[in-house]
Amino acid sequence: MRRFKQFHLIVIPIAMFGFGYLMVPIYNIFCDITGLNGKTGSISQAEANVLDVDPDRRVRVEFISALNQNAQWDFYPDVKSMKVIPGKTYTTTYTAANRLDQDMVGQAVPSVAPAQAATYFNKTECFCFVRQSFEPHESRQMPLVFVVDPKLPDDINTLTLSYTFFDVNSRIN
Amino acid sequence: MNAYSVDHSHDDHHDHGPPPGLMRWVTTTNHKDIGTLYLWFSLIMFFIGGFMALIIRSELFQPGLQIVDPHFFNQMTTMSFWILPFGFAMMLSTLFMDGGGPASGWTIYPPLVLQTGDALPFLIFSIHILGVSSIMGAINIVATIMNMRAPGMTYMKMPLFVWTWFITAYLLIAVMPVLAGAVTMLLTDKFFGTSFFDAAGGGDPVMFQHIFWFFGHPEVYILILPAFGIVSEIIPTFSRKQLFGYSSMVYATASIAFLSFIVWAHHMFTVGMPLVGEIFFMFTTMLIAVPTGVKVFNWVSTMWRGAMTFETPMLFAIGFVIMFTIGGFSGLMLAMTPIDFQYHDTYFVVAHFHYVLVPGAIFAIVAAVYYWLPKWTGNMYDEKLGKAHFWLSTIFVNILFFPMHFVGLAGMPRRIPDYAVQFTDFNQIATIGAFGFGFAQILLLVVVVKCIRGGSRATDQVWEGAHGLEWSVASPAPYHTFSPQPVVK
Ligand SMILES: [Cu+2]
Repeated sequence: MRRFKQFHLIVIPIAMFGFGYLMVPIYNIFCDITGLNGKTGSISQAEANVLDVDPDRRVRVEFISALNQNAQWDFYPDVKSMKVIPGKTYTTTYTAANRLDQDMVGQAVPSVAPAQAATYFNKTECFCFVRQSFEPHESRQMPLVFVVDPKLPDDINTLTLSYTFFDVNSRIN
Repeated sequence: MNAYSVDHSHDDHHDHGPPPGLMRWVTTTNHKDIGTLYLWFSLIMFFIGGFMALIIRSELFQPGLQIVDPHFFNQMTTMSFWILPFGFAMMLSTLFMDGGGPASGWTIYPPLVLQTGDALPFLIFSIHILGVSSIMGAINIVATIMNMRAPGMTYMKMPLFVWTWFITAYLLIAVMPVLAGAVTMLLTDKFFGTSFFDAAGGGDPVMFQHIFWFFGHPEVYILILPAFGIVSEIIPTFSRKQLFGYSSMVYATASIAFLSFIVWAHHMFTVGMPLVGEIFFMFTTMLIAVPTGVKVFNWVSTMWRGAMTFETPMLFAIGFVIMFTIGGFSGLMLAMTPIDFQYHDTYFVVAHFHYVLVPGAIFAIVAAVYYWLPKWTGNMYDEKLGKAHFWLSTIFVNILFFPMHFVGLAGMPRRIPDYAVQFTDFNQIATIGAFGFGFAQILLLVVVVKCIRGGSRATDQVWEGAHGLEWSVASPAPYHTFSPQPVVK
C-alpha cells in the first residue's frame, strides 16, 4: 500500500471553499470603490460642510420608490425631483404608511443610477440607516439629507435615487 | 511513438477474478468495475434527461400552453441539467414535494430560488453530495496519475485523454468547493437569517451571480476537456498518423484551464458592470479562442494526408470537430459585449451551448464508447448500426439546434413554456429534430447490448492504427489489467 502523498489535493478544496466566502468582502470592497451595485455613500455633516460648492452647476436628482414581496405598505417620495447645486446640503422626505392592523418593521435599501454616480451621492442622514417600526395604520414622513459631491463627472446631469422598501418582520421574529 | 514491452517474469498465481454476484458491484475497488458503473449510470441519466428534454420540445411545438403547466416546465429545465451521480435521486424526489421542484433555472439565482418550497434543502444537499462525489473522484484521478504511472511513462508521454482528465480533475478540485460555498450561503440566507444575497439585510443578489459563474465557467471546461482528450486519441488512430503537435495540445489544454478562471463575468454582461470590467471580460473570453483554435488546427493537421478510414468512432470524432467549431463560433459572437446585449437570454444562447455540449461533448463520449467498446466487451460492435446511429444523430441534431440560432436572433427568450406565434415554424422544426435525435439514441443502446451479448471476436489490437498500453492487453481486458508490469520505452 502506498502512502497518500498529495496533500495539496486536500488543501486546495478547503482553501477554495474559503475563497468562495472571501469573495463576499472582496465584492463589497470592490463595490465601495466603484459604486458598482449603486450603493450610495454616507458622510458626516462636518465632512459635508467642507465640500466646495459649485454655484454654476445644476444637477437634477430624481426620487423613486419600490416595494418588495407584495408588502402591505404605501411608500412614495414626497418630492419627485429636485435641481441641486453640487456641494450644498439638501433635505427631502419619503412617506411610508402601514396598511395592516399589526406592528410592522421595514428597511429601505437605496440604489443610485447611473452606477458611476453612486459614489458621488452622499447622505448625511437617512431613514435607510436604521429599520423603521410602524404601529398599525401609522403613516409618517421620513427625512433624507444629502449632498452631491462637486467632483461628479461633468457628463452626468441627472441622478436617480431609488428606494426599495423591504418587509423585515420575518427576519426579526 | 512509444514502444511497449511486457515483462513476463512474474508468477501469475495472483490472477483471480471478481467475486460472484451483486456484491461485486457494491464492494468493488477494481477500476474497470467502477468505470462500468459510472458509464451505465451516465447512460441511464442520458435517457432520463433526454426524455425530459423531449417533454420540453413537445410543449414548444406550438405557441400556447398545451402539455405541461408552466411551473412544471421550469422544473424540467432545471432537472435536465442537474441530474448527476448520487445527488440525482434526491434532486428528482423534489418534483413530488410540497411546493414542487426548485423555483429557478439551473443557475439557482436568488432571490427566485429562495421561493422554492420544501425542496430547497434537498436541492442544496444534493448539490453538496455531488460536489463531494466529484471532488473525491478528482482526487482519485490526480493521485493515480501522479503515483501509478508505468515505469518510463513520463508526463509528456501520457495519452492526451489522460492529460485532459488530469487538468479537468484539478478544475473540479478548485471550483466545486466554490459552488458548495455559494449554495451554503443560500441555505443560511433562507434558514439562518444571514443576508449574503438579501438586499433587505444589506446583501446583493448580483454577488451570487459572480460566485456562481466563478464556478460555472470552469465547469463548462470540465464538461468539454475530456471530450478534447477522446478526440485526440481517436483521430490519430483512424488517420494512421501520430497526433500533430502533441505538446502544443497539452499546453493549449492547460491555458484553457487557466483562462477559464478569469472570464466568468461574460455570463453577466447585462447586470451593469463598469466599462473596464466589460472590456476585460470580453477580451479574456476571446483569448480562449487562441488555444481552442490550436486544438482544432492540430486535429485537422493530424487528418491531413493520413491514410484515413471512417469507422463509427472516427465519424463521431469528425462530427465533433466540425459541430463543436460551429458552437465555438457562436461563442465568439456572444463574447462581444455590445452584441451580447442583444443575444443575452435568447435562444441564440441555447443554440450556442447545445452545439458545444450535444454534438460537442456527447458526440465525443459516444465516439469513445464505440472506440473502447471492443476492448470492454471483447466483441466487435455492429458497424452498420453504428454508422446508422451516427448519420441519424448528425442529421437530426442539426435539425434540432440550428433553427434555434434564427429564433434567438429574432428575439425569442429562453426559459419560457410559451412564445409569440411568429416563432412557431422554427420551433416545430426543432421539435421534429429533437424526437428524431432522441429515437436515434435507442440505436446506441441496441449496439451496446448487442455487443455485450456477442459479435465477432475483437483482437487485442482492435484498431489497426491504435497506439497505447490498453491495446497491448487482451480484449476484454483481464480483471487485473497488467499482471506483469508494462514498461514504456
Ligand atoms: Cu463562460
